[in-house]
Amino acid sequence: MSTSGMLQSVFKDRGQPGGRVMPFVIILLVVTVLASALNLLTPEGSALHVSTYTITLLGKYLCYAMLALAVDVVWGYCGILSLGHGAFFALGGYAMGMYLMRQIGDRGVYGNPLLPDFMVFLDWQELPWFWLGMDQFWVAMIMVLLVPGVLAYVFGFLAFRSRVTGVYLSIMTQALTYALMLAFFRNEMGFGGNNGLTDFKDILGFDLQSDTTRIVLFLLTAGFLCAALLTSHWIMNSRMGKVILAVRDSEARTRFIGYKTETYKVWLFVYSAVIAAIAGALYVPQVGIINPGEFSPINSIEVVIWVAVGGRGTLIGAVVGALLVNYAKTRFTAILPEGWLFMLGALFVLVTLYLPKGLIGLYSQLKQQLGAGKPAAAGTGKSSSAAKTEGAGA
Amino acid sequence: MNMITERADQAREFFRPDQVWPFLVPPQQQSVDVSKQVLLYIEGVNLSFDGFKALNNLNLYINDGELRCLIGANGAGKTTLMDVVTGKTRPDTGSVYFGSNINLLEHSEDEIAQLGIGRKFQKPTVFEAQTVFDNLELALKSNKGVIATLLSRLSPTELLRIDEVLQIIGLQDQRFMLAGALSHGQKQWLEIGMLLMADPRLLLVDEPVAGMTPQETERTAELLTSLAGERTVIVVEHDMEFVRSIARTVTVLHQGSVLAEGSMDQVQNNKDVIEVYLGEEA
Repeated sequence: MSTSGMLQSVFKDRGQPGGRVMPFVIILLVVTVLASALNLLTPEGSALHVSTYTITLLGKYLCYAMLALAVDVVWGYCGILSLGHGAFFALGGYAMGMYLMRQIGDRGVYGNPLLPDFMVFLDWQELPWFWLGMDQFWVAMIMVLLVPGVLAYVFGFLAFRSRVTGVYLSIMTQALTYALMLAFFRNEMGFGGNNGLTDFKDILGFDLQSDTTRIVLFLLTAGFLCAALLTSHWIMNSRMGKVILAVRDSEARTRFIGYKTETYKVWLFVYSAVIAAIAGALYVPQVGIINPGEFSPINSIEVVIWVAVGGRGTLIGAVVGALLVNYAKTRFTAILPEGWLFMLGALFVLVTLYLPKGLIGLYSQLKQQLGAGKPAAAGTGKSSSAAKTEGAGA
Repeated sequence: MNMITERADQAREFFRPDQVWPFLVPPQQQSVDVSKQVLLYIEGVNLSFDGFKALNNLNLYINDGELRCLIGANGAGKTTLMDVVTGKTRPDTGSVYFGSNINLLEHSEDEIAQLGIGRKFQKPTVFEAQTVFDNLELALKSNKGVIATLLSRLSPTELLRIDEVLQIIGLQDQRFMLAGALSHGQKQWLEIGMLLMADPRLLLVDEPVAGMTPQETERTAELLTSLAGERTVIVVEHDMEFVRSIARTVTVLHQGSVLAEGSMDQVQNNKDVIEVYLGEEA
């Protein structure tokens, strides 16, 4: 249709960094499938073998990448700097953890068929009401989506309706995650207190320690990450995405052309929280533990740094940033564990000063410079026509 | 016994089959009633910020299809008046009606915009990170709910409308340029174009020619005069020459209330106006 053809040209002409996600999604899927195949099909000790340890580590990175994507959607596109997205991640993780905890059944240290170990230890006689039904996988999965979603809705509704923006909003999100951390540290909350939930045995009857289960979880994570990338890409390229950018750049103007900006912000925040929660739910079975430390404000701030390093406002940037920074973290903490936070701080300062658009911005800048070096061929369409129109406008 | 029948009556009243509960009635887009030829009624509006009276018992009526200029010194309350009409600020007392049937004080900014009141800010405000085309698309008159926006696609009619507005504001060649790359005057036009996209009844234009070259000013004057008639336009401007070139009726604001009203010549010869202006300059 000519209309959609026209639209296509509109989008291509914009040449936004991260404008196309499909190639990236394909690369991501190919790499994960390849890594899985190498783990399962090659013998241990072979040069091509990918260890299960590496698979689990990669799976963890992918969960972080999804969390970064969630932050990027609200921060990069809508200007809502959330310093508390770890809370949604952790809540999703706890919901999954509760299910895994109940799957242990009577195989715990105390052998109680109903109560998880920590409850027996605290001398509780019966299961608290919010643990009921969590032995059903589907109930747990609904909770993974529902609890963080509702929390994000209520929080967003109150904050955005009162027109809290900028730094104040960031501080509130920070307070939210901090308050949740303190609450979950308490034993009386019924979530295992300080130790959190751990010692998981299996998921849906599959042994969590087996290679196959780990591979499946890893592939699932990659699948969900790709789905989240594509969905976000679709949203951001729809008219709704344009409204969201408009809200970021001038909320008052957006309101005066007739959009209820609060509603847009609330739903985007909920969408983002749900992505973070799914990431958390995938993270817990792979890592094997969830504790209140996940709520710690530092975690949420780290996510923001991943996004900044990769390039905010570019979906791929968030994913790349999360993967690279976490890989660097793994490497660096093996050499000099105390130095990591200094590294991270320095990284943030450097990126803010020299790479305001992150690595993706650097990439497209380099591409443009290389393109400009070549005569005629590279200067095609966009830049020359822009120059022409600029000339006409002057 | 009496009590029971009373309660039963109340219940019957509550569940009357021939009525719909008010909260279930879908909100209707009222169409504005201009049978009295007046589009905007501003009556007895008072507004003070921390003791400073920004608007002081202000009365102003704007006729349908009129082009009205508002002038006045800084702090006379021109921009505040626009804030009140567009729902950004609520007055302490007074009433603001759009037509004779719509109470603007009951509506929020986005609802007022959807009712057909467009506003151009003092400083040109466009979405700089998006193209001229996208800016106009966003301003289209359409369903602005979240889901509708998510699923919307441009219809051929809408595309034509965008083209038409691009032509009016003279930015056809810049349609795929980022709005941030436009010159100051072009941004002003783009913003006016965004207002036109929404097909408004009433346009509030705050200092449209600030920072424009003489040629640009001239074109803006043409544009605004051509809009009047079909639409109602209120222009706030400091540039007296510009006001003279477009104005039919001028309203002078001073310290939050109307000082004088009439044609440019009448206003310029008005004793109060001369006093206020000369007094200030002296």
